[in-house]
Amino acid sequence: MSQDTILLLAGITLMYSTPMVFAAQGSVISEVSGVVNIGIEGMMTIGAFTGAAIGYFSGNPWLGFICAGIAGALFGLIHAFASVTCKADQTVCGIAMNLIGPGLALFLSRVFFDGATQTHPVTNKIPKLFGSRGLPGSLNNLNVDMTTLIALIVSILMIYIFYFTTWGLHLRAVGEHPAAADTLGINVYKVRYICVTISGLLAGLGGAAMTLAIVPQFMPTAISGQGFIAIAAVIFGKWTPHGGYLACLLFGFAQALTVVLGGGSFAVPSEILAMLPYVLTILILILFVGRASAPKANGVPYNKGSRV
Amino acid sequence: MESLRKKFFSNPFVLTIIAIALGFCVAGLILLLAGYPPVESIRTLVESMIGRPKDISSVIIRSTPIIFTGLGVAFAIKTGLFNIGAEGQYIMGCVVATMVGSMLDFPKPVAVLMVFASAMLVSALYAGFVGLLKAHLGIHEVISGIMLNWISLYFSNWVCNLAFFHKPGTVGMYPVNDCTYTMILPAWKRSEEGQAWLAQYPVLKETLGRTDVNIGFVIAIIAAFVITYLLNHTRKGFELRAVGQNIHAARFAGINVNRSIVHAMMISGMLCGIGAASYITGQSPHTVSTLSAFENVGFNGLAVAFIAFSSPIGCLFTGLLFGGLLYGGAGLQSRVGAPTEIINIVIGVIVFFVALSYLIPRFVDRLDASRLNRKRAREAKKAQKAKKG
Repeated sequence: MSQDTILLLAGITLMYSTPMVFAAQGSVISEVSGVVNIGIEGMMTIGAFTGAAIGYFSGNPWLGFICAGIAGALFGLIHAFASVTCKADQTVCGIAMNLIGPGLALFLSRVFFDGATQTHPVTNKIPKLFGSRGLPGSLNNLNVDMTTLIALIVSILMIYIFYFTTWGLHLRAVGEHPAAADTLGINVYKVRYICVTISGLLAGLGGAAMTLAIVPQFMPTAISGQGFIAIAAVIFGKWTPHGGYLACLLFGFAQALTVVLGGGSFAVPSEILAMLPYVLTILILILFVGRASAPKANGVPYNKGSRV
Repeated sequence: MESLRKKFFSNPFVLTIIAIALGFCVAGLILLLAGYPPVESIRTLVESMIGRPKDISSVIIRSTPIIFTGLGVAFAIKTGLFNIGAEGQYIMGCVVATMVGSMLDFPKPVAVLMVFASAMLVSALYAGFVGLLKAHLGIHEVISGIMLNWISLYFSNWVCNLAFFHKPGTVGMYPVNDCTYTMILPAWKRSEEGQAWLAQYPVLKETLGRTDVNIGFVIAIIAAFVITYLLNHTRKGFELRAVGQNIHAARFAGINVNRSIVHAMMISGMLCGIGAASYITGQSPHTVSTLSAFENVGFNGLAVAFIAFSSPIGCLFTGLLFGGLLYGGAGLQSRVGAPTEIINIVIGVIVFFVALSYLIPRFVDRLDASRLNRKRAREAKKAQKAKKG
């Protein structure tokens, strides 16, 4: 394998993994605080649409990026209200988010873009890390989108918050044993509200990282499974920010491998190659992960005064 | 003390109706904000669903596969499993049914049975694999299910493009042979004699003559009753439910928990497989085409099961509602111009309110309690007055 191929693989890996990294960090923070958020996919879709639409109308990709985060956060807030305040079944509510998110995104797309389910391409995409001139030769493969760097920064920030701040300790306590956290004066509801809203925010950013950087527009297939894969990555990464980040990279790598191998004169049909990332995930789960170690109170609504 | 009102508002049926009503209200609001007439849109939607006999017949046909995946998901929920892999199991069922059906040339009952059996078997095994991973390795069924969904999608596309199965000039496989059809009198109704007979009965002509009326819905009704019986009146069903409600207690009681999980998944997958076989044998185009994205039959099954509070009999009705909305949504777009995606919003909002619906009995409870308190206070006041006087 030549140096060019390796750089190409690295570039595509980083490109594909970026939206998933945002979503995975969103999933981690929600699940560690004890709220299952299976609605990440729907929140990503609404973010993807908002990002592309605002990016198109304003001509400013960063404004689109921020608005996508806000749109995702709104959905996160609804999920938080249902699962924290109303103590609803979090999985059912998440599925509802996955139905409403894409439904609303396509509905709005038809309303704002003359009945089309895809938006017009944005004029300005999010810039590349090293500008439009890029790097010399095949090194240019590493001239990835700015969002890739932001995803890395978000991940590092998450690790810092989780393990080096008091608030991170609080949030982990809330997910493991909310009653104990409550007796120590931690406001369980408030922590969960913040975490689920941030979860939506990050999912929205992840969606926009797709439609403002990788493809320049929103379409029905823009977000197809990345949210679910991010959730899988979090479980694979044992509910840690760094584990989630690495799992996303691995998944991106598997997809990059598909692209690179598919381009050459390779004997395997493209459909079989396309299965590779998913087969790989299952194999890795079988071989290396073992019993999952979810946060103990994950998915259980907290009733003030209850003993568990 | 339970008031009659609380009993009424704790009934899943009543709660579903409330959730559905709220779903339409929110959809109406969104339509209003987007500049479409809400009342007229929803009336058009309902009209396109049940306006003509042909529509009703089409809705039933459209609903059948969703009812089956809904039944599969509902069964899994009753046994404590979240079968998000229903989509993949349905796709596998479709592919296998088409593969087998396009090769067979047997007398009708044998051919139909073989297609159903092969689809059921493969879907059950595909789901059983998820169960095995969960039971023995502790891999969550949602994760393996999602991965297997994607694998089945690409497997389906791969089979579609195999030289042996690919029908030249199309994007799909060779359709299944006539001997596997499960429509009612498919050849007769197109014959001259059949046409002449149908012409005498306009309603039959519109339904039987114009749409793929098939036996799938009847099988769905039977399946719903069978799994209700299985769950509630057999030893196996008791074991499966016990594992679903408290895995530790079930293990302590001597139930083989691992085997139960695998069996529950297999039955759930098998139901998706029946749905797939009934779709392939009962509805044109009787084949599988290359998929660019999921067709959501399995995912819609999740919503169907949730809205039915995972009651198998309830799935029959929510499945019909769901199929009706999908079918009517197209009419809405062509007649009022409102985007058909409003349907997904309606369904999503219904599911959302189903998740919240248990709040209603509590709210009624609180209402009752405060009313009781007021009544007591009044009586106490009266008693005091009587004392003074």
